[in-house]
Amino acid sequence: MDIAQLQAYGYFTLITLLVIGLYAYIYHLYTKKKDVDGVDYESYSNMALKDDIDDTPVAPVSDDKEK
Amino acid sequence: MENRPLEYDYTVAKMFMLTTIILGIVGMLVGVILAFQLAFPELNLVLGEGLAEYTNFSRLRPLHTDAVIFGFTLSGIFATWYYVGQRVLKVSMAESKLLMFLGKLHFWLYLVVVVSVVVSLLAGVTTSKEYAEFEWPIDIAVVVVWVIFGMGMFGLIGIRREKSLYISIWYYIATFLGIAMLYLFNNMEIPTIMGTAADGTSGIGAWYHSVSMYAGTNDALVQWWYGHNAVAFGFTVPIVAMIYYFLPKESGQAIYSYKLSLLSFWGLMFVYLWAGGHHLLYSTVPDWMQTMASIFSIILILPSWGSAINMLLTMKGEWQQVAASPLIKFMVLGSTFYMFSTLEGPIQAIKSVNAIAHFTDWIVGHVHDGTLGWVGFMIMAALYHMAPRVFKREIYSKSLMAAQFWIQTVGVTLYFTSMWIAGITQGMMWRAHDEFGNLAYSFIDTVTVLHPYYAIRGVGGLLYLVGFLMFAYNIYKTMSARPVEESELQNASPMGA
Repeated sequence: MDIAQLQAYGYFTLITLLVIGLYAYIYHLYTKKKDVDGVDYESYSNMALKDDIDDTPVAPVSDDKEK
Repeated sequence: MENRPLEYDYTVAKMFMLTTIILGIVGMLVGVILAFQLAFPELNLVLGEGLAEYTNFSRLRPLHTDAVIFGFTLSGIFATWYYVGQRVLKVSMAESKLLMFLGKLHFWLYLVVVVSVVVSLLAGVTTSKEYAEFEWPIDIAVVVVWVIFGMGMFGLIGIRREKSLYISIWYYIATFLGIAMLYLFNNMEIPTIMGTAADGTSGIGAWYHSVSMYAGTNDALVQWWYGHNAVAFGFTVPIVAMIYYFLPKESGQAIYSYKLSLLSFWGLMFVYLWAGGHHLLYSTVPDWMQTMASIFSIILILPSWGSAINMLLTMKGEWQQVAASPLIKFMVLGSTFYMFSTLEGPIQAIKSVNAIAHFTDWIVGHVHDGTLGWVGFMIMAALYHMAPRVFKREIYSKSLMAAQFWIQTVGVTLYFTSMWIAGITQGMMWRAHDEFGNLAYSFIDTVTVLHPYYAIRGVGGLLYLVGFLMFAYNIYKTMSARPVEESELQNASPMGA
């Protein structure tokens, strides 16, 4: 097998994996609806809507430290 | 410590707002001059024979493209980053002396680079690679500025209070990483004084002159991988970052689907980098690469429309705001133009369409409905939204803003429709032949036919420039308009009559 053939197989495999990855991600988003922290993805819109410096963060960084 | 409550610090954002406006005026003014030079060639000598070197089309053209891309647009990206970044991460630049220093250093070094670019381009010093004209000393300075921008960006992300990164931040990060990679690879060059010619002579040319490290087709491929993705990571990704923040914020509406914004993001990242080859259809680039570029360009419609539709649907049930607020009008029309141009681009990338469209004015029309309608409108809308919040004053005049909107909309429409007609006419005339295969027209025949469309394009560009001057005046007057209370700044921006 020459290098060009290897490149072609490699390219095809990469694209296939990326497509599977992307569709798996879409499937995850729309079935789970929440991320690993249990936050509904849609509530992240509030990061823009409630963005004053004293507004409560959607998921504060300090939560991590308490765990 | 002081007892003042913590506030966002917009010092650096304000500095970049200033360069956005000034470099916007410069870039667009040069663009209008160029448009009229194409319609009326005697304007090449507008300042007399003696100064023709500095006023001719070819000397001014890179100044126009680089001023609007790396001046106006990039300043707009920086200005909005230093505004949006703090807000969605819920951390103030005032909290870190280092970040504040980096921000200011970023601005002043950027200004030094801008000045050296303007001087060198006017002096005719260029690598002659499109959108990558800067010679190696400037390239190194650009890299330094970009690294400082990145340090500031990741520094701010590092001290954030909000655990997750808002979708706009993802897009800003992609802008930083994308441009960094593209710029480095396309500007790999060797100073000529370091080279040795075949006959053994060395130390050739001026100290600042360089040649690309790539040759022939390879150079073209890298150049258009860069050229097209400069559009991706300069004109698309950061502008999407802006609209994902400013439209929901100004309208008070949550993004229609946050999940759709996430998957459109990854879709765009996967697909965009493969599409650059469509600039080289029917060239010496391998055929499979041309086909791949065509296919990826078509697929690109999906993630692009994913973002654009997401934005339009954010206004669902709130369309009266579009009628009521000129600021929302700018963003909704911007999003619509984004849809138009991301459909138009893939159509032009189809090989059979490209056979007519390549090298014609249709391409120029496509670029400008994207840049004037999408990039320009969105950056102006962003600055309009920011102005009352950074100056704590209402926008000087709503009616001036509305008038500006319509003048510029007419301007953009005249621009792209004239270029569509001109481009397709050109493409058809170049290809026309008789039954023996002799060309039906000479080049000058097309020039004669296109003259009226070139004049219309000039008028369209002039209208857009007039609107931009109205924008600059409105922002200038905002600095001394009626002061506003914090409560007025929650969503819709306060505007004077």
